[in-house]
Amino acid sequence: MFSEMFMKLWDNGLIQKGVWETIYMTVLSTAISYCIGLPLGVILNITDKEGIRPLPLFNRILGLVVNFFRSIPFIILMVAMLPVAKLIVGVSLGNKAMIVMLVIAASPYVARMVESSLKEVDAGVIEAAQSMGTNNFQIIWKVLLPEAKPSLITGAVISMVTILGYSAMAATIGGTGLGQIAISYGHQRFNPDVTWCCVFLTVIIVQIIQEVGNRIVRRTDKRHRA
Amino acid sequence: MSDVVLKIEHLVKRFDDQTVLKDISLTVREGEVIVVVGPSGCGKSTLLRCINALEEIQGGKILLNGSSVSRESRNLSEIRQKIGMVFQSYELFPHLNVLDNIILAPTKVQKRSREEAKVEALALLSRVGLLEKANSFPRQLSGGQKQRVAIVRALCMHPEIMLFDEVTAALDPEMVREVLDVILGLAGQGKTMIIVTHEMQFARAVADRVIFLDEGVIKEEGEPDQFFDHPKTERAKEFLRTFTFERKHTHS
Repeated sequence: MFSEMFMKLWDNGLIQKGVWETIYMTVLSTAISYCIGLPLGVILNITDKEGIRPLPLFNRILGLVVNFFRSIPFIILMVAMLPVAKLIVGVSLGNKAMIVMLVIAASPYVARMVESSLKEVDAGVIEAAQSMGTNNFQIIWKVLLPEAKPSLITGAVISMVTILGYSAMAATIGGTGLGQIAISYGHQRFNPDVTWCCVFLTVIIVQIIQEVGNRIVRRTDKRHRA
Repeated sequence: MSDVVLKIEHLVKRFDDQTVLKDISLTVREGEVIVVVGPSGCGKSTLLRCINALEEIQGGKILLNGSSVSRESRNLSEIRQKIGMVFQSYELFPHLNVLDNIILAPTKVQKRSREEAKVEALALLSRVGLLEKANSFPRQLSGGQKQRVAIVRALCMHPEIMLFDEVTAALDPEMVREVLDVILGLAGQGKTMIIVTHEMQFARAVADRVIFLDEGVIKEEGEPDQFFDHPKTERAKEFLRTFTFERKHTHS
């Protein structure tokens, strides 16, 4: 039923290893992307002309930089950023380098996700906080972020799934994980069952991320639950 | 005469090239209740928002106990703590329960202890009849309840003046009363307040002084009985007529 290649990969634990590598790359890249993208998104939101600390020129420039990175297709960005990866982690191959690429590609994306989540926070509520004398720092920590939490988590789930997709692409220039197994053992050596197995496992990972995310959102959303 | 709390001198507010408030001057003394009435779009709400520095002003001065209120004031936070504002659409924090809504600013901005703020919040809540709602979330409350919580939230900051911006305009008729009663109670205790409202009966009952604002200027100012019974200006008469109804009898 299964090809010889599939059995060999399975018995040697390569597929199992691929699953862990994919999860490891995705989770770590998402975490680092949020360390960069979350503050960036907050800055984009508050410096907007409607924000609590309007800085129109700065906002325009930062927006342009973010858009620049967002408009480059990931596969091209990866190749272009190889020297950067080498500079940061010392290598331009393997998972470490791939995580650098994923973070570079995902951070601007995360920043926009965060920005749009924060935009949903009712301006009236922010004014109410201001009218009581809160400073901008307090508004960010006590109103904007807590108020946007359910939306931020929904965004994080979407970002993570996107990064998972990117991580598979990273296989084309030396990344590992399920993407690499599907490409080099499945596609290039004509073993469709290996490819489909990778697809199946990826779908399961995505489902788990989605389900866990949904549960957290449901628990944090104080706004609509009747 | 009691002390001046708020002094507005020649206030001008423009939105782009539209002048919303033209040369407004107003003095509010301690314990005074000022009611601002006027047609929609006359600048009533804008006036309140300027007093709280939610709007930038283009001319004149606003002084609270002698210190200037403006978006550039260095001590803006301290000034705003002394001005309690209640909004038309409540603006409670949806992610916090009633108690946390009330004590957020007292604990974070005024750095008061959580315990002390909580004791006061609960006392105020029981005064407005909402003690049992302390742990509810805003979404579980009716409009009138939300607005009473918003009033408590402002009161808990110990403001020197309270601003009410059409606080019953978004409420169902049967909930208007419970909110207005709370405000009447505050007036009875001698709170200094500026109230923007369309409830004329209430305005008459609560006001020490009525300001009639039209097209960005104070057209008329006076004691409530005098204003409502004998308005001086034609514009005020016309405005007040919109609140009275007469059935036209057409006998044949």
